[in-house]
Amino acid sequence: MRVLRDTLLVFQRSMGQTLRNPVWVVVGLMQPIYYLFLFGPVLKPVAQLQGFGGSAYNVFVPALLVQMALFGCVFVGFGLIAELRYGVIERMRVTPMSRLSMLLGRAGRDIAVLLFQSTMLVLMSIPFGLHITLSSILIIFALLLLIGLGMACLSYGLALLLRSEDALAPLLNAVFLPIMLLSGMLLPLSLAPGWLRAIGLAGSTVVVGIAVAAGLAALTISWAARSFGRSVA
Amino acid sequence: MSITTLRGDTPVIETHGLRRSFRTRRGEVEAVAGIDLRVDAGEIVGFLGPNGAGKTTTLRMLTTLLEPSGGEATVAGCDLLREPRRVRERIGYVAQGGATDPTVTGRRELVLQARLYGMDRATAAARAAEVLAALDLEACADRKGGTYSGGQRRRLDLGLGLVHKPQLLFLDEPTTGLDPQSRAHLWEEIRGLREQGTTVFITTHYLDEADALCDRLAIIDHGRIVAEGTAEELKREIAGDVVTVGVGNHCAEALRLLEHQPFVREASIDEGTVRLYVERGEAAMPQILRLLDGGGITLQTISLARPTLDDVFLRQTGRSLRDEAA
Repeated sequence: MRVLRDTLLVFQRSMGQTLRNPVWVVVGLMQPIYYLFLFGPVLKPVAQLQGFGGSAYNVFVPALLVQMALFGCVFVGFGLIAELRYGVIERMRVTPMSRLSMLLGRAGRDIAVLLFQSTMLVLMSIPFGLHITLSSILIIFALLLLIGLGMACLSYGLALLLRSEDALAPLLNAVFLPIMLLSGMLLPLSLAPGWLRAIGLAGSTVVVGIAVAAGLAALTISWAARSFGRSVA
Repeated sequence: MSITTLRGDTPVIETHGLRRSFRTRRGEVEAVAGIDLRVDAGEIVGFLGPNGAGKTTTLRMLTTLLEPSGGEATVAGCDLLREPRRVRERIGYVAQGGATDPTVTGRRELVLQARLYGMDRATAAARAAEVLAALDLEACADRKGGTYSGGQRRRLDLGLGLVHKPQLLFLDEPTTGLDPQSRAHLWEEIRGLREQGTTVFITTHYLDEADALCDRLAIIDHGRIVAEGTAEELKREIAGDVVTVGVGNHCAEALRLLEHQPFVREASIDEGTVRLYVERGEAAMPQILRLLDGGGITLQTISLARPTLDDVFLRQTGRSLRDEAA
């Protein structure tokens, strides 16, 4: 009960800050829109290749959604470092509030922003020729939620550990780049050689994908929540 | 049936051998090396020490932010190690660097803080308004924190620390960086808290602050408490007067000449001057003049003063706080 209440309080505060300065939500949405308009047409002839696995936009839009989940959530730790510097986190740690809520309230805001952006992108892609059913939208949104949650909590955990933007930026990039390439975001992994497909778990079922994302999210949540609670000198 | 009085017999803080060490590349560093401390209800207690003495580390342990490496403590009636959550409910903490987001209004910060302590929306809003009024912040309550003056921001920090009416409030260097008027204003607020029965634990490296505000002082140096008592008690320990003699480059010679005189209790060198603790300053000064003259040392300045907290500090730690604060 306490966790729920405190999570909501932190969520409201974080959301308020985002809504007072919504430029980041818009910037986060601009990037996939650029890809949609300026890169999507390039893919149309490539989609004829054997092994591409479907029409250009049906392959490309899910990749853009995953990209948004990764990109949008991996850098949220920077905001936390600012809050650490202001002393806001320490102030909250002296109150009896739930430590898990400090994490989940913030990550909840990140997920809310992500799902809003994803909805916008899916709606904009339909005129380009995206064919999608409601059930597959729900499945992919569940997957996005788990990916976003895992990334955001990883970012928060690292921010608490490093406490400096200068150290956080290169480390996040080092984590982010291989994940992005292995996600098959740029070109489908079905075009890749066997060893690369194996590392990227290409060809596995949606259930396996969701299970892996859920596992990673659970892992990063418990790690980052502990970091919030632990004494930091 | 006995009547429990507020002051004197209820320890609000009690520590035994509280210590904390940090691991660094060069090995283990003991920031706080075993502190025994007792603070009673309704007191304002000052924790005085130079930078790096262990003040903030001690405070962070007592406020549950930092786990002690050893020892035990009871804070606000609860065991610090076993019931940190209950300790948190009962204490307030105002950190040295402040704790507000510049993009959030003072009122929002206060309402959130009150709600984090469990108040419902209406109670939190009412309490925030009360605190804003009490701290003279109503005019800027709905402006973003980034627009506040230094004094306003510090008062908001104080408000955040006491929005839930804690029985014990920790203040870490509350007036550092404030102009004299804002300092005086904040001191008034802190004295007002004592009148309401709140126990206040302050760290400071300002001697005038400790002298003006605190009922009792503990001097900490190298992670240990080296002296404890009221400001008057501490000053009285340095009996007599302080004579400061300026002799340019001849401090060592002057010290040799004077330190074993029967009228000198203690002597030390402090930045180009020799400080002498003597029984009766008026009687000692002519003798000092005569001795220096006989030794061929040119006297540049000489002054006589009653001991201050700085003298207490210098004697206990071998360092002057005045240099730290400057």
